[in-house]
Parts: sequence; C-alpha cells; structure tokens
Amino acid sequence: MNWVGRRLPRSEDPPLLRGEGRYVPDIAIGARVVRFLRSPVASGRITALRPPAEMPPGCLFVTGADLAEVQPIKPGLRRFNYRAVEQPVLPIERVHFVGQAIAAIVAPGAALAEDLLEACELDIAAEDPVIGFDAALAPDAALVHPIAPGNVAVEGELRPEAFAETLASAAHMVEFAFRSGRQSAMPLEGRGGVAEYDRATGRIRLSASAQMPHQLRTGIAQLLGMPEADLQVIAPDVGGGFGQKMALFPEYPVLVWLARKHRGRFAWVEDRNENLIASAHSRDQRHVLRAGFDAEGRLLALEADILADVGAFSVFPTTCAVEPLMALAEYPGPYKVPAYAVRTRGVLTHTCPMAPYRGVSRPVITFGIERVMDRAAAALGLAPDEIRRRNLHDVFPARSATGMVLDEASYIQALDEAVHILDIPAFRARQAAARAQGRYLGLGLSVFNERTGYGTPAFAARSMDVVPGYEVVDIAMLPSGEVEARIGSSPHGQGLRTTLSQIIADRLGLDPGHIRIIHGDTDRTPYGWGSFASRSLVIGGGACQVAADKLADKLRRGAARLLQCEPSDVTLRDGNAVAGAASMPIAELARLAHQRSELLSDAIGFNLAETGQYDPGGTFSNACHAAIVEVEAETGHVRVERYLVVEDAGRIINPMIADGQVQGGVAQGIANALFEEVIYAPDGTPLTGTLADYTPPTCAEIPEIEIHHLETISDATITGAKGLGEGGSIGAPAAIANAISDALSPFGVDVAEFPATPPRIRALVRGRAPRA
Amino acid sequence: MKPASFAHHAPLTLEEALALLARHGEEARVLAGGQSLVPTMAFRMARPAVLVDINRIAALDHVTVEGSVLRIGALARHARFETPAVAGPLGALLARVAHHIAHPPLRLRGTFCGSLAHADPASEWCATALALEARMVLARADGLREVAAEDWFQGVFSTAMAPGEMLREVVLPLPAPAWRGGFAEFARRAGDFALAMAVVGLRLEGGVVRGARIALGGIGGQPVLAREAMALLESQPPSPALLEEAAATAARHCDPQEDLHAPAEYRRELVAVMVKRALRQAVSA
Repeated sequence: MNWVGRRLPRSEDPPLLRGEGRYVPDIAIGARVVRFLRSPVASGRITALRPPAEMPPGCLFVTGADLAEVQPIKPGLRRFNYRAVEQPVLPIERVHFVGQAIAAIVAPGAALAEDLLEACELDIAAEDPVIGFDAALAPDAALVHPIAPGNVAVEGELRPEAFAETLASAAHMVEFAFRSGRQSAMPLEGRGGVAEYDRATGRIRLSASAQMPHQLRTGIAQLLGMPEADLQVIAPDVGGGFGQKMALFPEYPVLVWLARKHRGRFAWVEDRNENLIASAHSRDQRHVLRAGFDAEGRLLALEADILADVGAFSVFPTTCAVEPLMALAEYPGPYKVPAYAVRTRGVLTHTCPMAPYRGVSRPVITFGIERVMDRAAAALGLAPDEIRRRNLHDVFPARSATGMVLDEASYIQALDEAVHILDIPAFRARQAAARAQGRYLGLGLSVFNERTGYGTPAFAARSMDVVPGYEVVDIAMLPSGEVEARIGSSPHGQGLRTTLSQIIADRLGLDPGHIRIIHGDTDRTPYGWGSFASRSLVIGGGACQVAADKLADKLRRGAARLLQCEPSDVTLRDGNAVAGAASMPIAELARLAHQRSELLSDAIGFNLAETGQYDPGGTFSNACHAAIVEVEAETGHVRVERYLVVEDAGRIINPMIADGQVQGGVAQGIANALFEEVIYAPDGTPLTGTLADYTPPTCAEIPEIEIHHLETISDATITGAKGLGEGGSIGAPAAIANAISDALSPFGVDVAEFPATPPRIRALVRGRAPRA
Repeated sequence: MKPASFAHHAPLTLEEALALLARHGEEARVLAGGQSLVPTMAFRMARPAVLVDINRIAALDHVTVEGSVLRIGALARHARFETPAVAGPLGALLARVAHHIAHPPLRLRGTFCGSLAHADPASEWCATALALEARMVLARADGLREVAAEDWFQGVFSTAMAPGEMLREVVLPLPAPAWRGGFAEFARRAGDFALAMAVVGLRLEGGVVRGARIALGGIGGQPVLAREAMALLESQPPSPALLEEAAATAARHCDPQEDLHAPAEYRRELVAVMVKRALRQAVSA
C-alpha cells in the first residue's frame, strides 16, 4: 500500500474542527496578564516613564531599566555592508516606531491590566520621523540609527563587466519602475506567549505562538544570560505564521524574565491592533528595472535597482537583509538572463520592522519581471506566452545568473498547459465582444520558480551569523509497534503530521495511524530550524525518510534473525515483515526487540531508535498562474473571474494538502495584489490598525482556484518532493496585475503599483477614453 | 477584557429602561445589538459608565404596518429585513439594502434603530431613512417626541437624541402605489463600510418622475440629500440621459470627504455611478 500520493484527510483537523485545539490563549488561562505599553510616536526621546500612581497588589511595572542585564537583540550578517542595528528588548532612551513596546504592565486580570496601561505616565520628546524611501535616502536625512549612514542597513551589488554595453546593445529596452505596498502576514492567530516557572526544577517553560521554537530558546537564553537547558520552548497549536512568527520578538524575553524573576506564570496575548502595528511587516519595496531584449524578444540584459524598507530594526535570526538579498539573488527567476546587474538596499525608517512573509520578495520580483515580459511582448508584437517561451530555461540543470543551480523543472510545460486550459483564442473573442459593450476583461500570466527546501549551503552563502538549513529526525518504534518521530520542523497549519506520517508509513510498511509526529517542544525534539521557506516537507520529510529507512533496516535485520533468512529477503508491508512464505507482524517484532532482547540484541542492539539527518542544496518548484479579471472602468473595481494554477512541486505527498497550500497562497497573493496595504501617516502613525482599514479579502472576493499538478522528479531531493508553501503568494500579484493591464490596454495604461486598489485604477483611467 | 469598566443593567420593561436613562443621563448608553457600540468600547473610544441593555424588553421587537406607516421597533434586527418586511417596492428596497449591511452574523444582532442612533456616516439604514422620510420616535421617562430624518443627523456619530432619551421606534411612511426605490453602494469587500452609496425613491406618474428623493451615504459626516439632482428630475420623463445628468449633478454638488480608502475626487466619481445605478434600478423596477 502506497500512502504517498494519497489525499489522506489531515489527522490534525478533528480536534481543531471541534474547537479542542490548544493554542497559547488556551494555555494562558489563569496566568498573570501582561500588557505592553507601546510608543505612540515614531521617533523621540523618552523623558518620563512612570507606573500608574496606584498599583494594586499583584501588579508589576517593568521597564528597560529593570532589564539592564538583558542583552539587546542583535542579529548578525558578515557581508553586504551590513550595519548591526541593535534593538533593546525594552528601550530606555529612544523609541523608533509607533507600537514599539516600552514597558510591561502585569496584573492579576485582563481588565485591570488594561486600566493600568492607560494610567501609565509616558512622555516622549517627539522628533521628526524618517518615513518612506525619499525621506530616508535624502542627503540630509536624519539617521534612524547612527550606525547606519544614509539609513542603509544592508547593501548588495552585482555588476558583470561590460554590462552597460550589453544593455545598450539591445534592440529593445523596457524600463519599468514600480512600487509594492507594505503588507502584514496577518496570521489568523496573533503572537502570544505564556512563561511559567517550575519551582520543582527551576526551569522555565515558554509556550509561544512561534515557527522556530529551538531558535527562540537559544536566542532568549543568550539575551537573558540564562542556562539554555533551563528553558523549554513549546510551540503548541499555532494559528498560522507565514514567516511573521520566525522572529525573536522583544515581548518573549520579557515574559521569560518575568517568570524567572517573579517565579510565576505570565501570559501575553496580543490583540489584532498590536499584530497589525507592532509585529512585523513586509514587501515595502520600490524597484526600477531596465531590461534589454533582442529583436526576437530574447532577454539579453536585466538591471535592477531595489529598495526595501526594512523598518526600524533588524529581526533575529533572519536579519533585515532577508528581503533585499532574496530580491538580489532571485530576480532572473526561471528566465535565461545572460547579463544581470543589480543593486539592492535595505532602508531603515521609523516604522515597524520587516520580517519574512510567505514568498519573501519573490512576489515583488515576480511582479517586476512578469510585467516587464508583458511590456516587452506588447512592444514587440508578441503574445505574452510566446515571449515567455522564448526566454524560459529549458535545459536542466541550468545555472542562474547569480550562480544558483536550477534543477529539473517544467517551466515551458507548465506555461503550455495553462495556455491550453485557458483557450486563449476563445478568451480574446470574448474580450473583444465585452469591450464593444464597455466592459473590460483581461488575462494575465505569471510564470515563476520557487526556490524551496534549501539547506545549510544556501543560507551560509548569505553569511548570516545564524545559519539555518539541516533537519534532524529521531525516530523510534515502541514495543507496541507504534512509531514516534521527533522532528525539528515546527508545523503551524501545514499538515506535516499527516504528510510526514505518509512518508514514514511507506518506508516501514505501516498504516499512518500508527505513526505519531512529535514537534514543537524543545524538550522532546531534536535541535532544528522550524518551519519556514517552504522547507519542512522537503527537509524534515527527507530526514524522516532517512530515519525511517534506517529503522526499516533495523527491522529487517531483526526479522531476518527471527524468520531465519537474510535481511535483504525481508519486505515490510501492511504491518508485517515478510520473507517469502514466512512473515511476522511488525508489532510482534517490536515487542520482542524490547522485551525479549536476548533473541535479537546481537543483530540490532537494544532499541528500535534511529536518527535521520538531511541537508539538501535546494530545489526549484515552478508554476504558471493565470488570472482572468473584469475591471469596472467607472469605479476601478476588479473582479477575479477565474484563477488557474499549473503547479509543479515534484512528487506530491498529499494532493489535498498541496492544493490547500496553493489555495491559501493565492488568496494571500490576491490580497497583496488588490486589497492589503499597511499605510503610515507622514508623522509615522500607522493608519491601518484594524481590519476595517487593513482590508484583507474575504471568501466573497477570492474565486475558486483551479489547480493542476505536473510532477517533475528531479534528483535534488531524496523524496522527489519540492516545496510549494510560498508559490501561491509569489505568482498571484503578477498574474492579477498583468490581467488588469491587459483589461485596461484600450486606455493605454498599465499597473505599476500594488495593491491595485479601486482609487488607483481610477487614477490610471481617469480622463482617458478607450480606443477601439 | 478591553472596555473600561461599566455597569450593565438589563431591565424587563421600557419604563424601567427609561428610568435608568433618566437617572444616568450622559453616562448611559442603550445596548441593543451592540455591533457598533461594543467595538468602540473595546477600543475605549466609547466608555459609557452605564449600559442599559434593552434586549429583554419584548415590546420593542416589532416590525409592523399600522395604517399608512411601517413601525420598526428598537429591537428589530437587520436580518428581519432580508426578506421583505412589507409587501411591494418598499419591502423590496429594504431587503436589497439589508443584504449590504455587514455580514450575516452581524445582521442577526445589529438593529435598524441602533444604526440610526449610532449614525455612522456609512450606515445603509441612515441614508435609507433620509431617502424614505423616516420619523424617529424618541422616548424618555416623561414623554415622547418625534424627529424627522432631515433633522436627525447632526454630524459624525451625532444625532438629535438627547441624554435620557432612547430611540424607541422608527416610522417609515408607506409609499404611494406609483413609488419605486433603488439602492447602490460601492464597498471594497462584501460587507464593508461603503465608500459611497445612493438610496433613491421616486414616483413614476404618467411617464414622468415625481417627488424623487436621493440620499447619499458614506461620503461625509452624515447622509445628505442630493437636492439639485432631485429638482432636476421633477416632472421629467426618466430618459437615460436625464438619469446620467441627475447623477452627474448629485456628484457635482456633494461634498465628499477624503479618507484612507478614498480620495475625495474618487468618492465624487463613485457618487455619480451609484446615483446612476440606483436611479436606473428605480425607474426599471
């Protein structure tokens, strides 16, 4: 029985659907309530900070002065002119963005905590903040941090010799300047943690809504100077992360400090306003592209100038280089780019810090290059699919302009498949008929690759002080024959308990129901990196496969001893170890291995435990997205009529879960394209602190998403699987923008800013008459 | 627990409720559906010391035709109007409007009168009340008074209601047989506060428009009548060109405000489109 490839229902779901999941707020019940006093101004000096005049019993007021022994958060990067900006856990002198935590109030109950928060005395001598690229990069700009001249925290540049000549020699040049609005990852569950002191052991248990529990543990122990062994971090059920919950936020060390100092149990659960203004933002970028094509539409040279607003600090462990460097490394995407020059800068401003968010820059660079393809196609009289076909890599392995190895993929096949399904000639006829009635339909394509499952070498190339990558899995069969796999990955909605059990089940000949995946607890899992960067199924899954194969070997050796044959004669299937006509239940073998070890120990030792490690170089999944939209010219409203994804993520372990990943990603991508934007007033006040103002779409705005899978099996991963967690969000903004631009082509305008909100679309077409 | 502390009273009779309101005056707020009040309390923008919860007063839960009017009690929920509350074009218009108010769970809780008392500039019922010449029946411990819709709205979240008073009922006149209604709004997302809306009522008599009323909502501090456009339509046959001109007139004369979601000029464009759509709906009904 093959479990891989089946639409196995998620074992995670029944308790979640019954409302019986256990999230941080469930664990917080009964703990003392922590609320944070947050800065109302973007930049300034703290001149007074005092607790409420009356502090009832059991209440505490904690400031940066109390945390004098606590180190600042200071992620490192050893290249790219990186300026090691420090973030105090709670600031003593200065504030750097609206929403920055300044002090903590602790009270026995939530209502009292809220009342006390209002009664704190805080005075800040406000100064003019640095908001936006133009202000930050102005020659006389104030510095957000003195350590970063020109407000540039990180800078990378690649410029091959004779690039300018190559670009100048192109028959046709496309210049494209565009803007990507700032977004919030907006997980359904915000951040939160409960820190509890254990009087019996002196240890602290921190339950946190986090993606990287081991990193949180190491990072907090370092900041607090406490024994790492005395801190246990648990990521319980986590309601989404999308990258936002990778960071070591200041609130967590405060909780652990409180629990240690006051030997109690302290909980902080943020509200939506805190999540929107004070967690992390992303995608606030401005790019200028110049692309030279030959007369046949082949890209000869690409030049990119990239600005990423990284906010006021650099988050641990990824650093504020994560967006600028991702954009630098991956701009050419799936295309053959013979000459590539790029300059990328991470710009500091007095705003909420940037952290990774599903796709990390790739939604932005895909928007850039895909809009360039459409502009070039229009200028050269080529169909959008044809210009892409002429430029996509089609011989593998290929090497990208930045030296990355592109493994076997289906760039052209995915495009062809999408074009075939769409029936473009029929659409063009419908589009023409609609235009005759003053209705504007458009079709947009977006072709991209998605680097996934990259291990230590890829991260080491970035030169971060903390280099993620590998995963370790400890697997053990119990005397009952059930299997426990302890993983360093930390799923928070991805369904890894289901998919990893499918992988292991096939290797051990067991039913997935007999396999337990243990995760999110630093006491019970091997050191690992958690879940992000579309890595867990590839790397954690690969480590599961390695571990399970080693365990399978052991089981075969044990069975061979008992069945009196060679290990190579033994097959594990359907719960049995089978050798020709002889067989025995694997559960019986497990019982004997533990409880009658005298029969087996010289063949297999005294346990059925193994460790698997995996650290792949990385693989590229790929996809073609296509959107059909209708734009209402008189209001600027965009309706997404159809959304198609042809996705190739190699071997699909569970198609239902893969589809869910794509659907969720596309929904966030459409949100990015049309709806969501974090907006700051010129004085640095965030204006989008509620869901009425930061406007994520609802199910009414997101269409059915049609998904087709291709399965190119490359040898880049041992399972054949490629990651696909981010692709949906990567492809959608470009597909939507290209569709809107196609729809509005009679007006002679196109989209160069997203989200493409109705007022922005009206601003494009206002005063312009459509030509027939 | 986010709100500032408050006392919660849940009287069983209207008299008891009015006595509480009289006693606590400006300190008190009426709690009906709570869909606007409670969120503003959670942000501590509203911090009433006393909530008079009227949900147990069964006598306030009515939507009834009485003579030539429709009486809407203080506990009538938005959802009550999703199917026509009264036969004919009025019920059809109210049903059309109701479907644009937030989302189903909110419509099960929020009330028609609560919307008028809260007076959010983007409230569908507020613009509707203005277009339909509603009368507000205010009760207080020592009596009743009525306020016409045109005198009711006094700016953002501000009405003619005085401390100690409660909006007991809204009265809508039943329209003439030749009356037709229309409604259109533009919102970024289903159920969002509209960036602009138009509610239209008119009579088609002998091929011409009579007594047109056009209320605009979502564009400024309070719903307003598009009087110039209304005048333009009077006694004219409703040709497509006339409707366009009326829509353009409404847009030209309104005073849209700018906010995060819409520059003023964009709102003005939306007004034209929404008035046009609402008028077309009305004349083709």
